[in-house]
Amino acid sequence: MAEATGLMSQYAEEAMYVAGGTDLIPNMKHRLFEPTHLIALKSVSELSGIREENGYLRIGAAETLAEVARHPGVQKLFPALSDAAGHVAGPQLRNAGTIGGNLCLDTRCTYYNQTSFWRGALGYCLKKDGTVCHVTSVGKKCVAAHSADTPPVLMTLGATITLAGPQRKRRVPIEDFFIADGICNTRRTPVEIVTEIRIPLSAANRRQAYAKLRQRKSIDFPLLTVAVSADIEGDGTVQSINGVVTALGARPRALSGWDDLAVGSTLDADMIDELAERAHEQCHPLENLIVDADWRRAMVPVYVRRVLEKLLIA
Amino acid sequence: MPAVTQIVRLNVNGDLREIGVPMHFTLLETLRYELGLTGSKQGCDKGDCGACTVILDGRPTLSCITPVCEAEGHSVITVEGLADADGPHPLQDAFDLHGAAQCGFCTPGILCSAIALLEQTTSPSRREVKEALAGNLCRCTGYSKIYDAVMSAAQRLQVEAHLDRSHR
Repeated sequence: MAEATGLMSQYAEEAMYVAGGTDLIPNMKHRLFEPTHLIALKSVSELSGIREENGYLRIGAAETLAEVARHPGVQKLFPALSDAAGHVAGPQLRNAGTIGGNLCLDTRCTYYNQTSFWRGALGYCLKKDGTVCHVTSVGKKCVAAHSADTPPVLMTLGATITLAGPQRKRRVPIEDFFIADGICNTRRTPVEIVTEIRIPLSAANRRQAYAKLRQRKSIDFPLLTVAVSADIEGDGTVQSINGVVTALGARPRALSGWDDLAVGSTLDADMIDELAERAHEQCHPLENLIVDADWRRAMVPVYVRRVLEKLLIA
Repeated sequence: MPAVTQIVRLNVNGDLREIGVPMHFTLLETLRYELGLTGSKQGCDKGDCGACTVILDGRPTLSCITPVCEAEGHSVITVEGLADADGPHPLQDAFDLHGAAQCGFCTPGILCSAIALLEQTTSPSRREVKEALAGNLCRCTGYSKIYDAVMSAAQRLQVEAHLDRSHR
C-alpha cells in the first residue's frame, strides 16, 4: 500500500491506479484518461477480504463484483448488495471489475463516452478538453451521469468508505463521498486509494431491495437504478424507510420526504403509489444518456413501485 | 512517446511463450499480433461484446481490456487451446451438430465462456447457461441453438465421465 501511494507521489499524480481496469482501459482507449503510468492495485493484500469485524461487514475494495455477488455472507446479510453487484454489466466484467472501482466509476454522458475523433468533431465537451456542455448548451457545470450499481444500495445501508493516501487514512460516510459535479463526482483525491467498505451489521435487519432499468438485461450501464431499505415492524408499521436513485445526475440522489409520508403507516398499495409519486417529483434527468430523458423520468415511479413491492416480500 | 518494448512470459494454452511486446499492449493484441493466435476476435475492443473472451485462470476474461502484464504468471486458454490431439472439444462438436455458429465472429468468445462454466459443472441449468453467456453478444443465432449446444455438450461430458469411471 505504501509502495502504491509512494509511486503515485513519485509520478506527480500523472499516474492512475488500476484494479479491474474495466472502466479505466476503455476510457484510456477513448483518450478520456491519459495517465503516463498505471499503478496496479490487484496484488495489494490490504485491499482484499470480506469478513465481519467489530459490528461491520468489511469488504476489501479490490474484491471483484462477482466475488461480492456470490459471497455467502453478503448474500445472507445484504441481499440487495449481492443483487446489485451481480447485475453490473456482464459476467466477464464482473470477474475483473472491483467494488472499489464501482465506487470510483467515472460518470457517463452521450457526449463524453465516445472516441477522441467523435468528440473532436463536436469541439469536445466541458468534461474533457472542451468548454461547452452539449447537454445543457449554456451550463458551466458538467451533468454527466453517475452510473454505478452498488453505491445506491450502500447508501441505503449506511456504509462507510475508507480512503488511504500517502500521509493519512480517513473514513467517509458514503453519502458524503459523492458530489454533484460530473467532471469528478467523488471526494477521493487522485493520490488516495479506496481500501475498504464497511457496512454496519445492524443494517442487516432492514428489509432491502434493488432494481434497475437498462436497454438490455446484460452488459449495458443502467439508465436508472433504485435502492430502498426499511425497518418494518411485525404488524407492518414502517419505522424508517429510505430510498436512493441514480443514473440520472452526477451523484446518487437520496429521496427526501419519504419519512414524513410512510413512518408510522403501513406500506400498502396506496402508500407505495404516494412514495413513487414523491420520487417522481424530485427526479429531473437531462439528455445526458442516449435514452430519452422524459421516458427515463416516467420510469422513476414505475421502478420505485417495483422495488417497494419487492421490499414487501423481502 | 515511443512505445516501450518489454519482455513478457505468458502461459498460453499450456505453452510457455516469451515475447517482446510494446508495453501498452492488451492481452488480445499480444495474442493476435505477436503470437498469431487470431481466434480471439477484436470486436468492439472496449469490453462490451465478449468476442475477445479467453479463459484466465479458469475465469472468462475480456482480453481486449486486460493489459498484457496482468496476464503474466497466469494461465491463458484461448479458443485454439480447446481441442486436443484426438479432436475437437465436445462443445465444439455440439456447436457443429446444433448449428450454433452462423457468421462465427462471436463463437470463440462464447466457446470460452461456456467451457469455463462446464469446467465448474457438467449439469448446468439452462438459466445458468444463459447467465454464463450474458456477456457475449451474438447477432445471428438468437442464442437458442447456442444454449442447445451447451446443454448437449454438458450431457456428453457427463456420459464421458461416466464411461471413464466404468472403464477403470
